[in-house]
Amino acid sequence: MKAVAMPTVSRVAVCGGTHGNELAGIYLVREMLKKRADGTEPVSVVTVMSNPRAAQLCVRYVETDLNRCFTRAALSAPVSETSPYEMVRSQELNALLGPKASMQAVDLLCDLHNTTANTGLCLITYSDRDWICLHICKHLQARTNTKMASTPVRYVHFDIPLNEAYSLDSVGKHGFAMEIGPQPHGVVRSVIFSAMQEGVQLMMDWICQFNSGTLFEGGWVDVYTMVKNIDYPRDSETHVITAAVHPDLQDRDFCLLHPGDPMFLCFSGETLRYRGKEALYPFFINEGAYYEKGVALSLARKRRVQIPSVRSETLR
Amino acid sequence: MSSRTNISCLQEAKRVAIFGGTHGNEMSGITLVNMWIQNSAEIERNGLVIKPFISNPRAVEKCTRYIDTDLNRAFTPENLSAPDVEGLPYEVQRAKEMNRMFGPKGSSDAYDAIFDLHNTTSNMGSTLILESSTDLFNLQMVHYIKKAMAPHTCSVLLNEHPQLKYSTTRSVAKHPIGLEVGPQPQGVLRSNVFEFMRTILKHALDFIELFNSGVEFPPCTVDVFRVQERMDYPRDTNGNITAMVHPHLQDCDWEPLNRGDPMFLTFDGRTVLYEGANTVYPTFINEAAYYEKQQAFMTTCREILAANAIRKACK
Repeated sequence: MKAVAMPTVSRVAVCGGTHGNELAGIYLVREMLKKRADGTEPVSVVTVMSNPRAAQLCVRYVETDLNRCFTRAALSAPVSETSPYEMVRSQELNALLGPKASMQAVDLLCDLHNTTANTGLCLITYSDRDWICLHICKHLQARTNTKMASTPVRYVHFDIPLNEAYSLDSVGKHGFAMEIGPQPHGVVRSVIFSAMQEGVQLMMDWICQFNSGTLFEGGWVDVYTMVKNIDYPRDSETHVITAAVHPDLQDRDFCLLHPGDPMFLCFSGETLRYRGKEALYPFFINEGAYYEKGVALSLARKRRVQIPSVRSETLR
Repeated sequence: MSSRTNISCLQEAKRVAIFGGTHGNEMSGITLVNMWIQNSAEIERNGLVIKPFISNPRAVEKCTRYIDTDLNRAFTPENLSAPDVEGLPYEVQRAKEMNRMFGPKGSSDAYDAIFDLHNTTSNMGSTLILESSTDLFNLQMVHYIKKAMAPHTCSVLLNEHPQLKYSTTRSVAKHPIGLEVGPQPQGVLRSNVFEFMRTILKHALDFIELFNSGVEFPPCTVDVFRVQERMDYPRDTNGNITAMVHPHLQDCDWEPLNRGDPMFLTFDGRTVLYEGANTVYPTFINEAAYYEKQQAFMTTCREILAANAIRKACK
């Protein structure tokens, strides 16, 4: 593949507390906000607490999930005093860090999240050919001998067009959610905090090197593309769940799920199995916030994506 | 050594309640109780009235720990005797209502036994929580459960501490037992945690049925962890935490913590060591609900409690 020249990543946003009970990002943003910029930073970084009211209350959201409020429709909807807090806030964040899909948007938006699922570190984006995001992923995957070394790093792709992309990271020209699990909501685990801190540091290191003209060699990255969600089995009348994620599937994010493999263990003792025809990769297995969204787990297809060498185009 | 046997004759335990959803986001108990309200076959026992009950339905509806105040701290004498006025916190109203249904606390009309089902984000495994070191019925029950669950470990936490003991939902009963199973995130149902709790309850009800049928339980001893102290996170002047539970302590509930062992790791990478003189056994390490209660973990010391033989009192 031919090397690609790309614009420098001059303006970066790091956001935490998009969900107010995902504590690693909240504490990391608080620590970053304490350090005053002294003008010598090679990259301009804006650090944002996305949902301060939810963070104060240590809840996911106050009225509605902020991380679903960034579709084009939501960002252009008229807001008033009676609008849900998060609908107002998403437009504020869009004005600050966007506007989405415009030339004024930040070059890269990294949105920090935690999950109760055993996902390791995932960069979650809407594109499978964003070379900046893919190279950052490759850079994180290559680190050895660090605190993060035991945390797997993966690239997850939701194939949704930009207009319908609903999360905060879609506001930047490039963007991803940096999602790390497992961590219960309302808890900060030091291993998870350290992995996130290091992930952000490695991302910044890559951006600085990229901006100063380093050529990053191309290669291959495994991309997990979301195919479908699976809900819990529910009682047809009451809609109450009738099973838990099967012990053989629990915590096995990104381990291939084959047709016939156990998926749910009913309270009655029956095992329900995966009935799909295609072996797929499960992730977000038993995420606490997804019960209300009707998602027990998501399933993805994996493929190897070739990425070109890249270098910033401003260097002569 | 005296060869005279000492058997305590105790009243039959006829009325038993199982509480789920005392905290509305602790899913094992909520799920079990709702299941048993629909179909009680699994929990039925001869000669026993067993009532499964959702303690805090409004909190369960919102999948939150509590609405106004923690129900599991609300059963104080002040709250229970508060007049019925408007504006009482929801959980105080609820405590009064439950005291009428299952108590009154401290009276002979109170339910005989109440099992209160909880989950924790801490790595406590299966834990049975006692409030008294002299409740023979409870000690014998806990001994029975531990034996029945083996080789799966059930730890026993004894909270008899004058300042740290709190007025639990289950305390309206003559014999209150807390079941605490973790680790499980709030709002999440893990199959293994659910099944452990279900099995513990099965053994508990078996014990009561056997006891009521006249079976004599021989003298026994129970290894317990007695609550000593609450340890908070290091905080700044604004009350924000400045450190996290150290990776060496995280998930090490019930393991010895000695002077000089790492305890906290500050956000800027500095280790804070445990300075206590004696070895302690920490528990409730990094429980989500305790950040607001100023508790990173609790220290305990190991003790062996002895219980007399017991049998049902003859009429």
